[in-house]
Amino acid sequence: MSRIAATFARLKQEGRAGLIPFVEAFDPDRATSLALLTGMADHGADIIEIGMPFTDPMADGPSIQRAGRRALRAGATVAGILGLVREFRATYDAVPLVLMGYLNPILSYGADRFAVDAAAAGVDGIIIVDMPPEESDFLIPSLMRNKIDLIRLVAPTTNDARLPSVLKNCSGFVYYVSITGITGTRTASAEELARDIPRIRAVTNLPIAVGFGVRSPGQAAVVARYADAAVVASALIDRMAEGLNQAGHAPQSTINAVLADVSALASGVRKARL
Amino acid sequence: MTKPLPNSLRNLPDQHGRFGDFGGRFVAETLMPLILELETAYGKARNDPEFFDEFQYYLKHYVGRPSPLWLAERLTRKLGGAKVYFKRDELNHTGAHKINNCIGQILLAKRMGKSRIIAETGAGQHGVATATVAALFGLPCVIYMGSVDVERQQPNVFRMKLLGADVRPVSSGAATLKDAMNEALRDWVTNVHDTFYIIGTAAGPHPYPAMVRDFQSVIGTEAREQIIAAEGRLPDIAIAAVGGGSNAIGLFHPFLDDPVHLIGVEAAGHGLDSGQHAASLSRGRPGVLHGNKTYLLQDADGQIMEAHSISAGLDYPGIGPEHAYLHDIGRVQYVAVTDNQALEAFQLCCRTEGIIPALEPSHALAHVIKIAPELSDNKVILMNMCGRGDKDIFTVAKYLGEKL
Repeated sequence: MSRIAATFARLKQEGRAGLIPFVEAFDPDRATSLALLTGMADHGADIIEIGMPFTDPMADGPSIQRAGRRALRAGATVAGILGLVREFRATYDAVPLVLMGYLNPILSYGADRFAVDAAAAGVDGIIIVDMPPEESDFLIPSLMRNKIDLIRLVAPTTNDARLPSVLKNCSGFVYYVSITGITGTRTASAEELARDIPRIRAVTNLPIAVGFGVRSPGQAAVVARYADAAVVASALIDRMAEGLNQAGHAPQSTINAVLADVSALASGVRKARL
Repeated sequence: MTKPLPNSLRNLPDQHGRFGDFGGRFVAETLMPLILELETAYGKARNDPEFFDEFQYYLKHYVGRPSPLWLAERLTRKLGGAKVYFKRDELNHTGAHKINNCIGQILLAKRMGKSRIIAETGAGQHGVATATVAALFGLPCVIYMGSVDVERQQPNVFRMKLLGADVRPVSSGAATLKDAMNEALRDWVTNVHDTFYIIGTAAGPHPYPAMVRDFQSVIGTEAREQIIAAEGRLPDIAIAAVGGGSNAIGLFHPFLDDPVHLIGVEAAGHGLDSGQHAASLSRGRPGVLHGNKTYLLQDADGQIMEAHSISAGLDYPGIGPEHAYLHDIGRVQYVAVTDNQALEAFQLCCRTEGIIPALEPSHALAHVIKIAPELSDNKVILMNMCGRGDKDIFTVAKYLGEKL
């Protein structure tokens, strides 16, 4: 069983939803990312999503845009990010890692080479924001061969007629973009989730994670009532960004503040169904 | 028995929005249903004579089409070679070819019941054209423009404001055209239900490259008839500047199946080897940005690089996917012209023809100046004068060391 499948099976046994915190790789430097990845794994993260910076992140709000710029300034590359994953995997074998990014850096690296190297480094799944099902045939065979889950985005605009084609070849989990908009802005309401999540459940047995606009432990708890996992990104990035020192580095106190948020979010999702 | 149709280059893209390997629709899932809706709506409009008539009506009575074909006699004599004709799209309302496409897209927006218009702009020509049609049809309009461009194109910013548009400076990234396009896409993804995004060039996710080309093809269709009327034959060469490539594909497309040598002129900025240019075909490689696969200026890790050109309208690190295809199959020759060469052509045009050209077609003209003298006087060159230079006088003055 894959790490992602094993994680959701465990969550089901525990009768709770999971927490998926997000780390923008190399924001503001490699050492901070590694400290956050290992720290999150120790503070209640069930899966960790790693953002791969891109110069033109069209689906992202200001927080992730700025994080991406800091990361690129710090020298983030695809090879560097896979190296970061490898180092994390040397000590943490169970926590699944999902990469999220845009297509061009992957194309530039070479799609097949990427799948091989990502799997070897210990990546479990990939989300490619600007690769809809219509444009993904070229990548699916190499992902399958290398046992990397292709996690698809489903949006509020994805109508019922379109859902099956979006979910075809999707594995690991479904990522529900709970709002029409960019990351880190509005939050979907309980009513919206109660309406939208069953629509997806009706056509898939895959677990459903909800992202875009989940910020507080309370909001994570609301998501956890309807979905199988909550993704939190911009709020954690904001916490780190406000604690950067003059040189643009994250002191230990800042890393601790982010990890305290992760703990609070983790207890938020844990309490949701009790 | 039916004879197979001749293999025309004018039938692209295919059903997946592909021109060979280029094009497609690389957008986030939130936008995908909208792109498909737009494709269906455009497919219907395209085959509807009523839509075509409406489009023609506005082109004739509002834009002022057909634009004239002008034999540049003094320039021809000065160059001492091939005969040079200008297709005068700089005489259009708002001063450039951009309005052709904006009329087409806003008519489509109206048909689709959209009530809000957004657009990106670099130099501000597409922004002004969009603000113009939005005013004409009484729709609210938001224009995204890089804050660097807002600073260097103040007159156009003011024009857009006069026309009632809400101009929003974009300070993310390098704060130029590509960042404005990112921000427009972010707006669209947020306001999916009522908003129509009028893309200004023949790029972006399918159906935009095909749609913009179709609306701009009025340039080549008219020019083809006009040059046949004037010369009794097709031109030997048709030439246009290429940034995203909308004026060039508009000129080229009706000639694709003809024995006409087509030349697209990219912006070489400070030189192709200076690292400061906008020549995505000459110096880029294929990748995916802004919804389509095409040639892009990018670093070894697939990060998009900043383009540079003295012409803000050519200052973009990508190019429309149909040009990428025409480049790869060798149907169109793509060359590059530097800032300095374009500025010299600009000045020559002012003095020999009494036409102040925009810096974009000045690039095409610079290549005409290079090749015309080498050709005999029975050869005919058709160049697209796609915009006038009023907007550029401050840039040119600065280069000439004059204070306005």
